[in-house]
Amino acid sequence: MIHSPYIRKPASVQQVMFTVLLALVPGIAAYVWQVGAGILVNLAIATTVALAAEALMLRLRKRPVMLSLGDLSAVVTAWLVVLCFPTIVPWWVTTLAVLVAIVGAKHLYGGLGQNPFNPAMVAYCTMIVAYPALMSQWPPAGQLDFATQLDLILGGARNLDAITGATALDALRTGLRVGEADVATLLQQKAFGALGGRGWEWVAGGYLVGGLFLLARGVITWHMPTAFIVALATIAGLFWLVHPEQFASPLFHLASGGAMLAAFFIVTDPISGATTPRGKLLFAAGVAIIAYLIRNFGAYPEGIAFAVLLMNMCVPLIDMKTQPRVFGHREEKP
Amino acid sequence: MIARLFGFHGGIKPDAHKNESAGSPIRPAPIPSRLVVPLRQSTRATSECLVVPGQKVLKGERIGAPEGVLGTAVHAPTSGTVLEVVEHHMPHPSGLDTLSVVIEPDGEERWIEHGPFDWKERSRDEALAHLRDCGIVGLGGATFPSHIKLGTGTGIEVLILNGAECEPWITCDDRLMRERAADILTGAQILRELIGAPRLVVGIEDNKPEAIAAMRTAAEAMGTGIEVVPIPALYPAGGEKQLIRVLTGIEIPYGRLGGEFGVQCFNVGTAHAVYRAMSFGEPLVSRVLTLTGNVDQPGNYEVLIGTPIEDLLPLAGPRRADTDRIIMGGPMMGFALPALDVPVVKATNCLISASQKLFPTPPPEQACIRCGACARACPAELQPFELYWHSRAKNFGKAQEYNLFDCIECGCCAYVCPSHIPLVDYFRFSKSEIWSREREKNAADQARERFEFRNWRQEREKEEKAAKLAAKAAETRAKLAEQPAAGEGAAAAAPAAEEDPKKALIAAALARAKAQKAASEPKNTDGLSAETQAEIAEIDRRRQALGLAEGAEPAPDAAPAAPAAPDDKPAASTRDA
Repeated sequence: MIHSPYIRKPASVQQVMFTVLLALVPGIAAYVWQVGAGILVNLAIATTVALAAEALMLRLRKRPVMLSLGDLSAVVTAWLVVLCFPTIVPWWVTTLAVLVAIVGAKHLYGGLGQNPFNPAMVAYCTMIVAYPALMSQWPPAGQLDFATQLDLILGGARNLDAITGATALDALRTGLRVGEADVATLLQQKAFGALGGRGWEWVAGGYLVGGLFLLARGVITWHMPTAFIVALATIAGLFWLVHPEQFASPLFHLASGGAMLAAFFIVTDPISGATTPRGKLLFAAGVAIIAYLIRNFGAYPEGIAFAVLLMNMCVPLIDMKTQPRVFGHREEKP
Repeated sequence: MIARLFGFHGGIKPDAHKNESAGSPIRPAPIPSRLVVPLRQSTRATSECLVVPGQKVLKGERIGAPEGVLGTAVHAPTSGTVLEVVEHHMPHPSGLDTLSVVIEPDGEERWIEHGPFDWKERSRDEALAHLRDCGIVGLGGATFPSHIKLGTGTGIEVLILNGAECEPWITCDDRLMRERAADILTGAQILRELIGAPRLVVGIEDNKPEAIAAMRTAAEAMGTGIEVVPIPALYPAGGEKQLIRVLTGIEIPYGRLGGEFGVQCFNVGTAHAVYRAMSFGEPLVSRVLTLTGNVDQPGNYEVLIGTPIEDLLPLAGPRRADTDRIIMGGPMMGFALPALDVPVVKATNCLISASQKLFPTPPPEQACIRCGACARACPAELQPFELYWHSRAKNFGKAQEYNLFDCIECGCCAYVCPSHIPLVDYFRFSKSEIWSREREKNAADQARERFEFRNWRQEREKEEKAAKLAAKAAETRAKLAEQPAAGEGAAAAAPAAEEDPKKALIAAALARAKAQKAASEPKNTDGLSAETQAEIAEIDRRRQALGLAEGAEPAPDAAPAAPAAPDDKPAASTRDA
């Protein structure tokens, strides 16, 4: 027997996921425009692998395959994996990464809704630890035509030094570490654009547009993006104000690497993130601060993935300690 | 007067569907051929049946006397004959039966003698008793006895009249306010004076402009500073605690009453019933309800309590083929009726004919993605997905820690859930499990207490016995020591007593028993006339001759002291005869 309420809002998980995919489109479009269409090949590969892996796992776990496959959550994971990876990463790296995300980080923990870690970030961290070289070959914006990209993805000869360059974050980091110049000089290099990496500012802008769309549609709340951006800007601003020649500006940090993707699409993953309003603020701010520290003082040029996983571990504690006041309860619950 | 409005967290805006029935004025429903009046009108108390089958009753005659603190009276809704007093289904999701009075109306609508109750002259307690005896309960759906609510009335600052009617489809309060605004406000004024509240505020959702206008006009005509406040149409703004929050900013936590916070809330229908009870002495025998949903002629009807719902439904037109169930109450908090022969009760505010088109079965439940939509919609500011998680895991302690019992079951969370999880059902399940475990625990506690008490009592009795014995022994010893050669038996026992007080005790007890036996000769053979003694002797002789009395000595004055042998009975009866 069905009990009240007898009416439901016409909403579904599928709609939520579809909205997220739709919101990623501006970023992807900017990607194609600035970097090349290779990303589309990787997206296709990842989507196929993700759906196949999802179907297989659902079958093995004796779950309704079509129902869960239709929720599009696997596609979202696949797209996020691809968008975190260098565009020209070989097809088998993408495949492996998606398998890690779907089979390992998602289904081995109990499927949709049960994973304590962000699957895309698990995949990213696994791959950057396993294949550091392949994972740091980023094509410079507008340098490679589609044929070359396709060749690299599908496994041609990889004469990499000629065609790949350091990302903005990487160039800055390496330059500073070698000690040859200060930030201002380094930013004159061709890897850098007006704000972040050359051409990559557009991609970041695309994510920002998509993120605002998600906010408008109520898929995400303001807490996470705001806390992430404010915290990253604050910590970057503090270091920058003290040592402008040693540390890049807050704007550079926001426009570089995966900052915008993270602010609207990665930290906002509801399943592995904090859920209470104050918890969301803490979680996203924590990711931003750890990411900044890794970018500047760690072993990797980009630290968001590790920061997300570290904060994922803190989620149960954060949620427990930030339970909102219940209606009518005057004193805060400890 | 402009009142400052407060918001409450969450809430939803489902399609109101008020237009279907809001335009239809209140019409009296015809008297059915049979009325079934449950003696349990308030969920918290039953009433004691006052009628017997075959008895003639008049409209408004009391057929159920209030029982217990939360009881209210139940009345015959019309004049007629009591057919039977039986267990009958009641309109409750459980489909359980309750004792009900079945009345066959005579169609004459003859009233009992009734007249205005001069509440201004009488004491407050008398007025409250009058409301209880008129069977006035909250008509918003919870049927809480109104006199109890009024009884907490010290230090009440604000009396709130609830005209929010936030559930979709329902329009009975809307119509009542449009058509009988002055009566409602008269009732509200009585409530206000009984409760001693300086302020009277009427809260009405702003999707009922006609009701707001009618109430405002009536309030101005009365000229006593009644505030009619339009509030945003946001479900569940009509929830008592939500409405209080919106109008006063006061938050009343779970398990507490408005009275403790200086505010009390009554439904507009209740105020109307209070007006009828005070101004005319009419008990609550009918109420206004909405018939709507998958019907041709939705409308509002004044219906006698006890009217079978199946008799009522045709008023909205012939039943459509795709109507698959009837929902009592609104679609957010109502329930599908287990059967259609259930009667209208005081809580019945709306009957919605449901169909798959109007209320489709939700798609299959999917995994919770912790999107938090439920938490954003929850007016109690709970984290429903956490409660769901713990309820699903049957981790009820944790669910309680997350304030499960603050859930008002408004259904907002389930309404917004993109995974179509019936969250409220999980919470109802958890609550009922916790209650049943609590009951079991209480029963076990009581059993344990009983057992422990029994053990303690036995232990105490043992100790008392031992103490008594010891005292006795000491006494005996002292006695024996005082008179070493009192008698034959005692002399024999004396040396032994010196060695063993126990033996002495036994000996003493035996002696006592002997004396007692000698003393306790059957009283009915003492001091009899010679004639009777001769008669007894004659009987004994006969019995001996028949071999009935075994081993009895023929001596009549030494008849067996303990007569209990069954063989004695015939003899005794002979003697009595």
